[in-house]
Amino acid sequence: MHEFAVAQSLLEIVEHEALRHGGTPVTRIWLRIGHLSSVVPDALRFAFAALSRDGIAEGAVLEIEEVPLRIRCRACAGEFVLEDPCFVCPQCAGAEVELISGRELEIDSMEIADGDKTR
Amino acid sequence: MEIKLVKDILAANNVIAEQNRQLFSQHGIYVINLMGGPGVGKTTLLERTIERLKGKRRLAVIEGDISTARDAERIAAHGIPVVQINTGGECHLDGNMVRGGLEQMDLAAIDLLVVENVGNLVCPAEFNIGEDTKVMINSVTEGDDKPLKYPLMYQVSTILLLNKIDLLPHVTFDKERFCVDARTINPRMEIIPLSCTTGEGLDRWINWLEERAGATGA
Repeated sequence: MHEFAVAQSLLEIVEHEALRHGGTPVTRIWLRIGHLSSVVPDALRFAFAALSRDGIAEGAVLEIEEVPLRIRCRACAGEFVLEDPCFVCPQCAGAEVELISGRELEIDSMEIADGDKTR
Repeated sequence: MEIKLVKDILAANNVIAEQNRQLFSQHGIYVINLMGGPGVGKTTLLERTIERLKGKRRLAVIEGDISTARDAERIAAHGIPVVQINTGGECHLDGNMVRGGLEQMDLAAIDLLVVENVGNLVCPAEFNIGEDTKVMINSVTEGDDKPLKYPLMYQVSTILLLNKIDLLPHVTFDKERFCVDARTINPRMEIIPLSCTTGEGLDRWINWLEERAGATGA
């Protein structure tokens, strides 16, 4: 349900940036959302579509990359991708693990409509 | 044209949370963000905490609810400063809402501020408010499967209180499994089983608080 708050923050960033570029309509937004974050992509898309209506980001497509939950074990230095949030080293069973990725709620980039689609 | 941004979507909230944190630090206030589902006993825990810390620490409370001032009225009856924030539909408190609450408080007269978040196991975990510690509370009536269902909340919290343990004989709740699951998500998490009804376990919680929240002006 907090997807609306997240979408509102996203919209503010995107509109601010688009205005700095002459108020050109925003066509596409690339996001990185961590596996452990509690944001549901479809709920975020719905909220963003509702909030961006009649603005310069109306109709922008959200391209959402899910970032895996990755940990590093301090004991054996192994790095692992976890499906479930079990913060114990799968190799040595050590509990001193650090989170490398999986908490992201990031905007990576956005595309504004000028016909040039090169990255 | 593509514009590279690489920015935390909640960056604006984190900036405000950091400003709150500086404000707390200037006034020597220890701040707890108390999170848990509806009906687990957040407000009752606060009432028991107020009773036990009276005269030892100067407490203040910010109550976050979608609507009504019922929780704030319960806290106010104990004679401590309380501000009610009604989010009007939002499922969590954020840095800006808490900042608004702080404007109504005398920060120089507070040692320990408890911010009771909106009853919810999901959303509050994503929003920093400038707290020192996130404290979670569960109750045995909710079922023992919550850690695996709502992992982020357990991952970001430092301490987990398990309330209503006086009801354990009457409900199906595997306490061992609950603790093991919570610690797989957060191996360093301290777990304190307690009952706000019988008082069991409350001493441990109060000691934990007293060790962290100094008595600068009590």
